[in-house]
Parts: sequence; structure tokens; C-alpha cells
Amino acid sequence: MSITPPKAGWYNEPVDKVELLWVGIALVWALIMFAMMPLWHLKGTQNMSNEAYRIHPEAFQAKVDEMVEKYKVGEEGKVQTPVVRPPAGSDVYLLARLWEWYPVLELEQGKSYRLHLSSLDWQHGFSVQPANINLQVHPGIDEVVTITPTTSGDFGIICNEYCGIGHHTMLGKIRVVAAK
Amino acid sequence: MVAKPVFRTCGLTGLKIHDEAEKLIKANAVVAIVVLAVGGLFGLLVALTRWPSVHLLPADLFYLALTAHGIDILIVWCIFFEVALMYFASAILLGSRLAAPKMGWVAFALMVLGAVITNWKVLEGNSSVMMTSYVPMQADPLFYVGLILFAVGALIACFIFLGTLVVAKAEKTYEGSIPLVTFGALVACIIAVYTIASGAIILIPTFLWSIGLIGHIDPLMYKVVWWGMGHSSQQINVAAHIAVWYAIAAILFGAKPLSEKVSRMAYLTYVFFLQIASAHHLLVEPGLSSSYKIFNTSYGMYLAVLGSMIHGLTVPGCIEAAQRKKGFNKGLFEWLRKAPWGNPVFSGMFLSLIMFGFLGGISGVTMGVEQINIMIHNTIYVPGHFHGTVAVGTTLAFMAITYFLVPALWQREIMFPGLAKLQPYLFGLGMGVFSLFMMGAGTLGVSRRHWDMAFSDAPHAFSHAPAAYLMMGVVGISAVVAVVGGALFVLIIVCSVFFGNPIKATAPAPAPSPVASYGSEEHASVPGTFTLALLFLTMFVLYYFVNWKYLASTWLMS
Repeated sequence: MSITPPKAGWYNEPVDKVELLWVGIALVWALIMFAMMPLWHLKGTQNMSNEAYRIHPEAFQAKVDEMVEKYKVGEEGKVQTPVVRPPAGSDVYLLARLWEWYPVLELEQGKSYRLHLSSLDWQHGFSVQPANINLQVHPGIDEVVTITPTTSGDFGIICNEYCGIGHHTMLGKIRVVAAK
Repeated sequence: MVAKPVFRTCGLTGLKIHDEAEKLIKANAVVAIVVLAVGGLFGLLVALTRWPSVHLLPADLFYLALTAHGIDILIVWCIFFEVALMYFASAILLGSRLAAPKMGWVAFALMVLGAVITNWKVLEGNSSVMMTSYVPMQADPLFYVGLILFAVGALIACFIFLGTLVVAKAEKTYEGSIPLVTFGALVACIIAVYTIASGAIILIPTFLWSIGLIGHIDPLMYKVVWWGMGHSSQQINVAAHIAVWYAIAAILFGAKPLSEKVSRMAYLTYVFFLQIASAHHLLVEPGLSSSYKIFNTSYGMYLAVLGSMIHGLTVPGCIEAAQRKKGFNKGLFEWLRKAPWGNPVFSGMFLSLIMFGFLGGISGVTMGVEQINIMIHNTIYVPGHFHGTVAVGTTLAFMAITYFLVPALWQREIMFPGLAKLQPYLFGLGMGVFSLFMMGAGTLGVSRRHWDMAFSDAPHAFSHAPAAYLMMGVVGISAVVAVVGGALFVLIIVCSVFFGNPIKATAPAPAPSPVASYGSEEHASVPGTFTLALLFLTMFVLYYFVNWKYLASTWLMS
């Protein structure tokens, strides 16, 4: 039994065919799963970028402010968050802090943007819904993701990394305008 | 002077039981169950708050209860029970004295003290930092001190376990190799040692930072090391509860492993390939390379997953072989139909085995894919997954073996046998549904650790799909069912331990032969188990690729 010492020579006892077959099947499946990840990096269209830089929160804030000044098209929401409409292909900055996402981004469907994410204080979670894209946002790291919205409409940015008592009020917005 | 160790022979199993070991096992198990009750109560409060139409607690208390629930269940309950299991698997199964029982009490005291301090600080309300306590969010310094004391205690317990293996070997209390269950506990112990070391490496500097002696803890570095504890501690659970499955198969059915060699090799894959698997929690983190993430999250090309898939065949397989030998040979599944479904030791174990594989296992591997994690990270899918592993897997398995430990160690009958029969089903199925629907809601984007899915006080508006609300309602209801099951467990066990009818020590059962007569089950045919395994694989493959397809439909990212 499994709760008593096995008899001597257990190591040399034959293994049943069914057990060997299962080990083989499971091994093949394990290797297929392993191959899928690098393969998706080559062929797939949803991958984590490996581009990130150390940045001071003030430096990041300055970049956000610069973008807001340049491309602001309006204000929106209870606290009059600026709405910016940066040109397609440009560097877009989104800032997370206790407890807001700043600013509101207006993007064009089917166009690519270099999205920069960083936090001014604690960690936050960038969760675009209902597109269901979830990325971690750190203070001191400028994370660059090339993103192409394929659906249009208003998307919520939920903070899904717990960040204190106001965590559940931290909701931002991305608007994707349909391609003309 | 060292007192001569005192032994008794168990009237139920014939095992030779060291008095001091028995006391320590009882103490650790009792504290574990008390913590399960406390942590479970916090869990109920959390679930009743996330049930949208109940929304019980205010936000601050919700985050407090969630922090306490996470620490008490994921860390304190599991590890206390595992310490009891390690002492059982070494001293009792090997018929040996426990090495350094006095140190065992020191370990116990440190763990209790640590757990009390951390809980006290959380309940005070200034340490609602979640179990993960990600910096730069800061808790009360004593919050970290409590965790460190607890870890030191657990580490001492690990070394007592290892010491007992040495003592048993030296004093020749057994011959040949250690039993498979002890081997499983050894694997759990090895994982525990590097888990606890990771915890110490990160929590000690974090404590120094919280009292102002260190200026800065890098948040990314914190996570890489912290998850060396956080994730690996759940792998202690897996190694331990698989040992419990094998133990129960042996206790109830006299089952021999289909092959000692294969089962032990499967355990060895854990030692070789689990590594310090932090990446599961860092897949969508900036600043870490994809190659690190891919190797680490796959446990070394999924070779440790291979180990679990092997146990998935060999555990039910050894039960099938034993049952067929007793004549339950009709068709594919007579062995399973005629199993003792009314005995909570069996029903708890088998529900744990099935649901751990189908719910926790499949979802865990799928969400641990680097790219698929983009759709899942920090959604409520994540707790859905780990309730499928820790609650219906580990906790249910530990509950099942407790129904055996009470008569064996406390020598008391289980009280309320009718309720005991029902208990694993209430807890197991309640938790199963709970886990499944959390995963469903997570797929719809509902966030974990979040007080208000309606975002009433947010600067902008966003509404989740109505289906997400419906699923969170089911989550609430099933949590209540599971908590009733959990409360029944605590009630039955506490009552049995204190008021159960003493089991009369009649003629002691014959002691197991010191010269072991057991090896692998030879030429066993297990067609039923193989069919179940193929069903599992089919579900696994389908679910895995459905998620890739779902990923391909979202925005493009690179």
C-alpha cells in the first residue's frame, strides 16, 4: 500500500502498458502546449510587448501633460477629465494614480498606437472592458504596448489591481471611433 | 536527559504511534481547523458582499475581510494542516519517534503567535493590503512580523520532518524505501523549504522598509520574490493533497500504486520542474522578458503538469485495481459505482480528485499561458481558478482525511454520521459551482478584489453585461452552500473530538509487517480510469484551444 514501505525491487517492477500510454499522451500534450506560446509570438496577433523603460513619475507626468495640451478635444465625466485624440501611429500616454485614469483617450478603429502605461503611486491594473485586455501597471516603469482596437464604442478602463479604499471608483475610458 | 519515547499501537490501523508526535499532530490539526472556521467566516462575508443584490459590507470592511480570508485560508490553514500531515507521514507511517518534539512545540508556538499578530493587525483596519501586500502599499510593521514568525515556525517544522526521516532510517523502524505517501510529504517539504525561504527573503526587507530602515523596495522585484512564496506555497498544497489521495486509497481500499516507480517519478517532476514559479502572476507585467515568462509559467515545458496528469491516472487507477480485485468487475464503472460514496473519507477524496483536475487543473494551465493570461489577469477568473485548487482540491482532501484521523488519533467516533455523509457534497459541490461561475464572470471582465462592479462612485460610467451580474449572484448562492458545508465540517469534527464516543481499544489490529510485502500492483487493468483520463484530456484540449480562439478575437497587441 501507499502507506507502507514497498517491497525491495519495486524500482524494477514492470510498468503496465496503459500507464505508459498515458504518460506518452500526456507528454505529447505538454510539449504541444509549450510550443503554442513561442508559436503565437511568431504567428499570433495578441502578444505581450517586451518593451519597457525605467522612468520617474514626474517625467511620465510631463509626457502626459504635453500630449493632453497638444491633442485635447474636450472634457468628460464627473471630474471633467480631458479627452485627447492623438493621431494614429503616435505615442499615447495613459497615467494611473489614486484613483483615476488620466486622460480619456479617443482612438480610431483599426489604427495602431504606441500606448505608454505607468503609475504615479502604487500599482494599478489596466483592464479594458468589454474587450477584456488586462495589463499590470507599475510606478517607475514605462510600459509600451502597440495596440490596435478592432472594435468601436466606449470602453471602460477598470482598475483591477487593488489600490486602497478608493480602488473601486477608479474607472477610466477609451473611446474607439469607427473607421471612416 | 532525554525521556524514552512512549508508543501505543493503534487499535484501528495497527500503526505504532509515538505519543509526542500524536500530541503535536493533534495540536496542529486543531489550530488548522479553528483557522479554517475563522477564515471561512471572512470568506462568507466577502462572498455576501460580491453578491450584487446583497452587497453586505461597506468598502473598508470588505477589503479588510478579503485580506484576512486570503491570509488565513491560503497560508495559515493549509500550512498548519500540512505540518500535522508531515508529522503523520514521518513519525506515524514509519513507526518512528518524532525528532525533537520540543522544537515541534517551539515551531507550533511561533506559528500561532505569527498568525495571531498578523490577524490582529488586519482586524485593526490599517493593514488591508490583501494577502499579497504589494509594495509600495504599506501595512503595519507587525503585519510583516507576524508572517515572518509564522514562516520561521513552519520552517522548523519542515526540519523536524526531515530529522524524523533520518531518525527512522538510523533506528531501522522500517526497511527499504519510505512509503509513497511519505515520499509525497517529502516532496511537499522540499517545496516548502524554498517557499519559506522566498518569503523570508522578501518579507524581512519589506518589514525593514515599513519601519523606515530601508528607503525603497522595488515593486517588480518584490513581486518576483514574493510569488516565489505565494505560488510555491500552493504547490506544497498540491504535493500534500495528492499524498492524502494516495493515503486514503490505501486506507479505504488497501490499494497499491499501479507502479511505485511511475508515481514516484511523477512526484519527482515537481521537485525538478516547479522551480520558483512566480511567472504565473507576472505574465502581463512590464519589464520581464517573454522567454523567462514562458519557461517559468510552463513549469519547465509543462513537465510538472505532466506529473499531475500522471497522478490523475494513477490515483483513481489504484482504486479501480483494488476494487476489481474485490470482484467489482462489471463494465467500465462498477468499481466506482460500488465505492463507499456514503463515507466522507471517500466522497471527499474523490470529489477533490475530480474537481481539482477538471476545474482547478484545466483552468490553471490555460490561464497560465503567457498570452491567454492577457484575458484573465486579475479578473475574478483568478480566484475562480484557485478555489478550484485550494478549496475543492486541497481543503476538501484535508477534510476527508480528518474523518479518518479523528478515530485513529483521538480514538473517538465521528458524531452526526448523517450530516458527515452529506458534508463533503455540500462543501465540494457548492465550491465547485462557486469556482465555475467565478471563472464565467471573469471571462466577462469582472474584476477580482473589487467592491463595486456597478462603479457607482466612479468619474465615468461603465456597465457589465447582465450575464455578469447573474453569474455573480450564482457565486453568492453557491458560496453560502459551501460555507454551510464548511461549518458542518468544523461542527462535526469539534464535537467528535470533545464529545464523541471513545473507541474501545479491543484487541489491537495486527501491526503491519515490518518487512514490507507491498510493491506495485501487477498487471492491473484499469479501463474505467483510462476512459475518465481520456475524457479529461478531451475537455482539456477543447477548453485550451477555445481560449486561444477567444484571444484571437480581441484587439491586436504587440
